[in-house]
Amino acid sequence: MTRHLPKLPLLTLVLLAAACAPKKPPAELQAPPATARPETPAAAPMDRPATVETGASSIVPGSQDDLRAQTGGDTVLFAYDSYELDGEARATLLKHATWLRANPNVRVTLEGHCDERGTREYNLALGDRRANSAKNFLATQGIDVARLSTISYGKEKPAVDGADEAAYARNRRAVTMVMSR
Amino acid sequence: MRLILFTAALFAAPAFAQSAPLRVDINAGLMQPMPIAVPAFAPGNGASTEAGTTTQIGERAAQVIANDLKSSGLFRPLDPAAYTTTVGIDDVLKPDFPAWRTIAAQALVTGTVTANPDGGITLACYAYDVFAGAEIARQGFVTTAAGWRRAAHKCADLVYSRLTGESGYFDSRIVYVSETGTRTKRIKRLAIMDQDGAGHRFLTSGQNLVLTPRFAPGQQTITYMSFENNRPRVWIYTLGSGRQEAVGQFSAMTFAPRFSPDGQNLVFSMAVGGNTDIYRFNLATRSTTRLTSGPGIDTSPSYSPDGTKIVFESDRGGSQQLYVMNADGSGQSRISFGEGRSASPVWSPRGDYIAFTRMGGGRFGVGVMRPDGSGERLLTNGFQDESPAWSPNGRVILFARGDRSGRSGLWSVDISGLNERRIATPLDASDPAWSPLLP
Repeated sequence: MTRHLPKLPLLTLVLLAAACAPKKPPAELQAPPATARPETPAAAPMDRPATVETGASSIVPGSQDDLRAQTGGDTVLFAYDSYELDGEARATLLKHATWLRANPNVRVTLEGHCDERGTREYNLALGDRRANSAKNFLATQGIDVARLSTISYGKEKPAVDGADEAAYARNRRAVTMVMSR
Repeated sequence: MRLILFTAALFAAPAFAQSAPLRVDINAGLMQPMPIAVPAFAPGNGASTEAGTTTQIGERAAQVIANDLKSSGLFRPLDPAAYTTTVGIDDVLKPDFPAWRTIAAQALVTGTVTANPDGGITLACYAYDVFAGAEIARQGFVTTAAGWRRAAHKCADLVYSRLTGESGYFDSRIVYVSETGTRTKRIKRLAIMDQDGAGHRFLTSGQNLVLTPRFAPGQQTITYMSFENNRPRVWIYTLGSGRQEAVGQFSAMTFAPRFSPDGQNLVFSMAVGGNTDIYRFNLATRSTTRLTSGPGIDTSPSYSPDGTKIVFESDRGGSQQLYVMNADGSGQSRISFGEGRSASPVWSPRGDYIAFTRMGGGRFGVGVMRPDGSGERLLTNGFQDESPAWSPNGRVILFARGDRSGRSGLWSVDISGLNERRIATPLDASDPAWSPLLP
């Protein structure tokens, strides 16, 4: 005989208590300092994003375009699965620090990105490491950390399309982004 | 011959896999799917409902059931054109077994659809062993007219359950991330659908990047990650109301959320100053407990079904590997020692396996191992297979498969490594999660 079951329920509203009072975040951990590595510029002959010509009259001082024009590019690159700043990256970030000193009212976000050859959640964490490597370097150059924030996009926002090492190399990056005021 | 022998075939698979190191040939084809007849369910009366006449519902219900059983890889629904008999209301209780034997059907699923005075329907489901001429199971489901599809899934679950000895998984849903656009301009939206692809709908607009949805055990809520307002953090989506709510007020990025089996807690990762650890968040008290510490990346936590342990990945040993700890964070020990990296572990709802993503040699695959790390088997091998998720009965693994062009879709594979198949979605897809069986 057929058994009468309860009617199949429609979606029942269940509200989870998710609106949350501010929680004390754990004590901020210092990311390990970027260890010095011998400069090997020849080993990383990567294409850099096109830079705006210095002195172009249309560039607004303190803008993203200005940062690119004055420093040679807003992006530093990383080796596979690494968050260490190589000599080239440190040279670029030194220019960013100089530019930030010259533009004391500008705040920047350090974006961390990864290539697609990693799992999604790990890459979110790796992108966070890369963003913090760049942030910590700028802080050691005397830039007030209050002017520096970080965000990781993991592998979600590659700079270039492609599935070869040339594309991956350009996507493993930290980008110094001027925050809109 | 007893139909129940399918259970033996299912359990034989691991022994087969042991002879194949880290790779299972899905074309090995050890099993012959069982031939099964699923004729249109007979109309119990001639009434019409808001979902169509009982005759129409009976035809569609049989198709849903046949499709469910076929998708498992364990059954081969016979072509209705080959049927030598029709099924009227009287044949449901007294099937013409000789006629079904002539087309070599080993099992028969039949039933009736009857319109009820309140506008709903009763779907009666009967399963028979054709050669024994004996009934295997019967059950009736009373539902709204629009609920006929779920009643059909429950009928398929009944048949699957009786013939395999495993619980079913057809009356369930999948939540995932729908994707469109090129790699550099990818639009991602949460989407939900029935396990067989029916009832597809988008939950978010695509305005914000969203990732890694997971069902709460009660299935009324989903936890996920969103970049809304450029603040990447864990959110909860309430299905009934469409309400979306950020979890906690953390200044750092929170991600990789999962519910505890009792629904009381979330576990997720938080990245603080370049260091990622795992935290537990109590949804009632809103208190946060740190479960891991140290400079490594600790992420992708997943509870054991009894809630006493958590499997997660960590690169503390130099590369991504799997670790198990007690639910309070104590007793952390590494369980994966295979070649390459092991990541994104998910504990089976049966408790017997942990599914994971394996990276190595330029390939990504999905595998399983026992919770102590033994018995590791790789089930798939692709350009980018990742993000495994379990069917509610722990027999099937859903995963995302990406290709070199940047396209991605959902696939499933049996834990034997057999029956690898594409799950149709309207657009590209990633990050699948499978609901428990619906109540």
